[in-house]
Amino acid sequence: MTIRTPLTLATVHPDKGLRAALGQAPIEVLEEVDRSGIRGRGGAGFSTGLKWRLASEAPAPDGRRHVVCNADEGEPGTVKDRALLSELPDLVLEGMTIAAWAIGANNGVVYLRGEYVYLRDGLEDCLARRRASGLLGHDILGTPGFDFDIHIRLGSGAYVCGEETALLESLEGRRGEPRNRFPYPVVRGLDQAPTIVNNVETLAWVPAIMARGADWFAGIGTPGSTGPKLLSISGDVARRGVYEFPFGVTVRELLEASGGEDAHAVVVGGACGVCVPAVDFAREISYEEISTGGAIIVLGPGRDLLDVAENFLEFFVDESCGQCTPCRLGNPVLLEGVRSLRRGECTAERLGELQHLGRTMQDASKCGLGQTSPNFFLSLVDRFGPEIIDRIPV
Amino acid sequence: MAMQLDLPDTVAEEGAELVAAIDDIVARHGAKRGELLPILQDLLAERGEISDLAMQVVADRLGAAPSEVQGVVTFYSFLGVEKRGRHVIRLCHTLSCVMAGTRDVAAALEDELGIPFGGTTPDGMFTLEWANCIGMCSTPPALLLDAEALGGVTPAHVREVIAALRAEGVHG
Repeated sequence: MTIRTPLTLATVHPDKGLRAALGQAPIEVLEEVDRSGIRGRGGAGFSTGLKWRLASEAPAPDGRRHVVCNADEGEPGTVKDRALLSELPDLVLEGMTIAAWAIGANNGVVYLRGEYVYLRDGLEDCLARRRASGLLGHDILGTPGFDFDIHIRLGSGAYVCGEETALLESLEGRRGEPRNRFPYPVVRGLDQAPTIVNNVETLAWVPAIMARGADWFAGIGTPGSTGPKLLSISGDVARRGVYEFPFGVTVRELLEASGGEDAHAVVVGGACGVCVPAVDFAREISYEEISTGGAIIVLGPGRDLLDVAENFLEFFVDESCGQCTPCRLGNPVLLEGVRSLRRGECTAERLGELQHLGRTMQDASKCGLGQTSPNFFLSLVDRFGPEIIDRIPV
Repeated sequence: MAMQLDLPDTVAEEGAELVAAIDDIVARHGAKRGELLPILQDLLAERGEISDLAMQVVADRLGAAPSEVQGVVTFYSFLGVEKRGRHVIRLCHTLSCVMAGTRDVAAALEDELGIPFGGTTPDGMFTLEWANCIGMCSTPPALLLDAEALGGVTPAHVREVIAALRAEGVHG
C-alpha cells in the first residue's frame, strides 16, 4: 500500500471520538455530524447527517436498526478504502459504533468485497480486540443498554453490489440487483429494518469529527464539500498511491503532487466519471465542481482516449446486472459505437445517436451504474470533440 | 425440515458425502435464507465447484427454490457452476493495470499454462480468469492468486510464481 501524504486520520486519538459521542445524547451526535457537513465519500455525496437522522426517525417495529459499512470498493482507480481497512481499521469500526449510538442500531455489518478477502483476518482480529476492550458488545464503554456488534460479510465479485440496495440484496442472500426506491434503505433496508449504508472513508472520518468537533471539519474544504478527502491517483504519474487533500484541490495540484504534469487528460471518478481536458486542470475536485469518490486516473501524452472509453464500456457490459433495459442493452451499443469510431466507421449521424442513447441511459437506468456508465463517453464527445470528430469518415 | 433426496444409485454414494459436507457448512452458518452467500462461498472453497446437486441440496436446506440458488451462483463472478482448478489466477484488465502492462503478463500466463483466459489446465491445477478492477491501481499490473493480491507483476514474475506452485503441487 502506497500512502503518499500524511493522513489526518492517522493522528486521530483512538476511541476519543467514541467516548465523546457516548458523553452526548444520540440526537446531539446527529447534530454534530450534520453540522460538519460531511457527505458520502463513496462518490454519491449524500449528506451523512441527514441519512443518519432519517434512519433514526424511521419506525423500527421490532427495535432493530442496522449500520452497514460499504467496503465493496470497486470503482476502477480507487484503492483508498483498502488503505483504510488495512492501515486504520479501528477508525472504521469506531465510526460504525458512533453511528450505531446515533441512530439506535444494535447490528453492524462490514460488506467486504471478495477481492479483498485477504483483509478479513486483520479485520476479525481488530473486532476481537475491540470486543475484549469493551468497545463492542454489551453496555459499550459502560453505557447501560448500548449493545452493538459488527460482523463481516464477503462479496463474491460484483461491482454493482457497491450500489447500496444491491449490497443489501446480496447481504440477504440474493442476486445483487438494485431495489426500487421508495422506500430508501434508511426506512426499509436490511431485513426490512431502517439501515444506513456508509462508505468506509465516510465512517473513518466520523471519530475525527466527534473528537475534534464539527467546526474543525467544516473549516476544511469548500462550503459544499467539507473536510479532507482521500484520493487514489494512478495511471501515467511518477508516484501512484493514496493522497489526502482538502476538497477544492485543483486537478493541476494533483498532477504536481503525483508527478503527472505532462498529462493529456485526467479521468476523475473512475469508469463512471468524466474525462477532464488540460484546459480544465484549474478546476476543483468537489461535489460542486468535479465530483469523485476518489478515483483519479492520469492519461499521459499519446494515450488514445477511445481505448480508455472501450476499456470502461467493456467493464460496464461485464458488470451490468442486466435487470433494466437501458443499462443491459445500452452499454453494448455504446461499446460497439466506440469500436466503430476507432475503425473510422462511425458517421456523424451515428455519433449523434450514440450521444442520445447515452443521455437516455443516464435518465432511464434504474441505478447509479447505468445512470453513470455513459458519463465518460459523453464527456469525451463534449470536451474532446476534435479528437473524436477526426475519426469520423468524411 | 430436510427432505430425503431421491438420488440415482450411481451418484448416491458421492451424493451422500456431498450432502454431509453441505450440512456441516449449513450448521456453521445457520439454515437461514440470508446465509446463502457465505454458505456458497464455503462450499466452493471446500469442494472446488458448486454442482447441480449441491445447489439443490443447499436450496432444500434453506427453504429456497433451486432456481433461486442457481440464480445467485451464476450472478457472482467468483461463484459460478464451472469447476475451477486448485489455484485460480485472476488478472485485472481494467484501465490502470492495462496501461501498465497487463497484456504482456496475460500472454505470459497463457503461454506458461497453455490455456486461454476462462480455461483450466487439464491437470486441474490452474484456472485463468480476467478480473475487473481489484483495487490494486497503485501497484499495477496486478492479479489475484487465490486469496492473495500481487502487484507490479511482470511476465518473468508470473512464470516464477507458476513454477513454484507446480513444484509445490508435485511435492506436496
